[in-house]
Amino acid sequence: MTVTQPETAARTAVLALTGISKRFGAVQALDAVDFAAHAGEVVALVGDNGAGKSTLVKVIAGVGPADDGTIEFDGRPVHIGSPHEAQHMGIATVYQDLALCDNLDVVGNLFLGSEISRGGLLDEPTMERRSWALLRELSAKIPSVRVPVASLSGGQRQTVAISRSLLGDPKVVLLDEPTAALGVAQTAQVLNLIERLRERNLAVVMISHNMADVFAVADRVTVLRLGRNAGEFVVARTTNEELVAAITGAADNVVIQRQRRAEAGAHPHGADPRGADPYGADPRGADPYGGEQ
Amino acid sequence: MTEQTTTGGAGTAPVRGDVGQAEQVALDLTDPRLSQQQGLAGATRAAIVRIRNGDVGSLPVLVGLVIIVVIFQAANPTFLSSTNLVGLASQIASTGIIALGVVLVLLLGEIDLSVGSVSGAAAAILAVSNVTHGMPPGVAVVLAVGAGAVIGLIHGVLFTRFGVPSFVITLAGLLVWQGVQRQVLSLTGTINLPRGGWLLRLGEFRYFGYTGSTVIAVLLVAGYLVTQLRRRQARLRAELSAPPASLILVKAGAIAALAGLVIYALCQDLGVPYIFVILLTLVIAVDWVLRRTRYGRAIFAIGGNIEAARRAGLRVDLIRTSVFVLASTLAATGGVVEAMRAGAAGRDTGTGDVLINAIAAAVIGGASLFGGRSRRYAALLGILVIGAIPNGLNLVNLSDELRYIITGSVLLAAVIVDAITRRGREATGTG
Ligand SMILES: Nc1ncnc2c1ncn2[C@@H]1O[C@H](COP(=O)(O)OP(=O)(O)O)[C@@H](O)[C@H]1O
Ligand SMILES: [Mg+2]
Repeated sequence: MTVTQPETAARTAVLALTGISKRFGAVQALDAVDFAAHAGEVVALVGDNGAGKSTLVKVIAGVGPADDGTIEFDGRPVHIGSPHEAQHMGIATVYQDLALCDNLDVVGNLFLGSEISRGGLLDEPTMERRSWALLRELSAKIPSVRVPVASLSGGQRQTVAISRSLLGDPKVVLLDEPTAALGVAQTAQVLNLIERLRERNLAVVMISHNMADVFAVADRVTVLRLGRNAGEFVVARTTNEELVAAITGAADNVVIQRQRRAEAGAHPHGADPRGADPYGADPRGADPYGGEQ
Repeated sequence: MTEQTTTGGAGTAPVRGDVGQAEQVALDLTDPRLSQQQGLAGATRAAIVRIRNGDVGSLPVLVGLVIIVVIFQAANPTFLSSTNLVGLASQIASTGIIALGVVLVLLLGEIDLSVGSVSGAAAAILAVSNVTHGMPPGVAVVLAVGAGAVIGLIHGVLFTRFGVPSFVITLAGLLVWQGVQRQVLSLTGTINLPRGGWLLRLGEFRYFGYTGSTVIAVLLVAGYLVTQLRRRQARLRAELSAPPASLILVKAGAIAALAGLVIYALCQDLGVPYIFVILLTLVIAVDWVLRRTRYGRAIFAIGGNIEAARRAGLRVDLIRTSVFVLASTLAATGGVVEAMRAGAAGRDTGTGDVLINAIAAAVIGGASLFGGRSRRYAALLGILVIGAIPNGLNLVNLSDELRYIITGSVLLAAVIVDAITRRGREATGTG
């Protein structure tokens, strides 16, 4: 029932974007970007500052629709014109700034905007009960759901924000830098939670700057660089150096050269010019300007 | 009264995913970090722990109130006389109702500086339509309160459409609606309400005696018991912890005792003023709306984090506009009540210290100027303090000037406490 193998998951792409372009004035924020997310898979979206990660997430979340390109959801072409449409479709987004109400308690935040009421009055026991059920299911460590979220730790707040996104029964969850600004223990807590999301057969898209986090939970990595696809990697078959090279585009960097020499024999598919194997290292990742110069 | 556990007992299903915990532990008490708070003794312990941790709730206001009472009673023994307390109960009704609207606006993190003028304008409209134009009292009341709603709608729309700070819009309103008040009254200056009409009697001459006020108190206590016991049942059914029935009974007993004390104090003289009961009713109604409805939750959310509220799909502008409508409507209601109490509406109605008293009452009662936070019954507790001060000073023959200085200082103190509490919250990360 639970699909964890990327190879199996690849058959059921919940979300597939092709040729997505978006321009802000003179800045081509996204240039013909392809991206896919599969059920029961955690895909990390990485790239340097300004690479276009947030812009891509906004396209998927309906906050800033693309100028060009197609989006398929559950195999059908769709148009995501507003956050509401995205949500309705089953795409939940947890933004970096979390958007929690510090003055409300955990239950209040989880159900904000979709409170359960009976006869016009809030049905607090039912909401509290469901909150506990959800938090248990996610093995979330929150001592009380009746404390204002202001009193929670960063990891707990992130947990609340992510749990909140699950109430609408989404198929895709977008997490923008879920571990930024968290300590070691709290990062572990959030990474655990991401595991749980995968177990629930959700497609999880995680933006991250932290390679350790990517290697800890992601199954697949999509690298963006200067608004373009700069590589597609299976986490189990890649290295930190390889990812860093794709992110920075440092083709002639010493680390990369050594790596290439070392890998030349081990992974022959790495030389495939157009990436026929979707999980192989895309050559554009190693040298994004190779075709132009 | 001897009940010791708070959970359903035999029929309770084991809590999922929590191996090693006793089956009877409620869903929300399974975390080992939570001390088990069960029974009456547990509730008492929990309350003591909360106070030790600095979560003092409305305790400071209550202590302040007691100190004020002790001082004034020492200065002039007529302070706690039945006659004076009946007077106090009538005096605070209108400003208390106005403060209720201020609490709502403060919850949004906004301010309404026009509430005094709006109350004055409403009083003028009431008097003119009833006396000058001979409209029936009921119609006059509807017109006056309706005018308040329209004024609030104007404030709200200007605020949400143009993004002008509420401070500026309602500051302009302060002047505009006072101008309207004088315009409506025109040359008459002051209009006396007919002595025989129900308008006046409702205010100055109508009181609940022992029978009437006892009936109200019984309804109040019964209502409390029913809602609390039903809430307890609902929580137990959901396998959550619930306050022990004994605690609910004790609290209901305390409410009954307090009500009995108030009735005893007031009914030796004229009784419980109608307008004071109107204040109490509105206080309870607003508390219900705030704590028990989606609308109230939305107001808190907007005051806490407007961006989060927006992303959660709340209709932020609509809700903010409606709160300005409510604030002005309550202010107008306060104006009507004041006209009833004074038996007249004049150029001075709603002017002077009415605005500052309403804001002071809200803040002293525990509504934060920074939005999103308010203690329960803030307007009522605050207006008791703010009303008792001038009343007591009057008894010791202190001048108006001194009264202003003292009320202003009390407001300042409350605002400073609010700011310090906020900083403390940010430092310790507690709500
Ligand atoms: N609203 C916007 N207006 C103008 N430029 C933007 C806007 N949003 C993003 N950009 C530009 O698009 C590029 C990609 O930005 P972004 O998606 O935020 O990158 P990342 O999240 O990967 O750091 C950057 O050059 C950024 O300056
Ligand atoms: Mg970004």
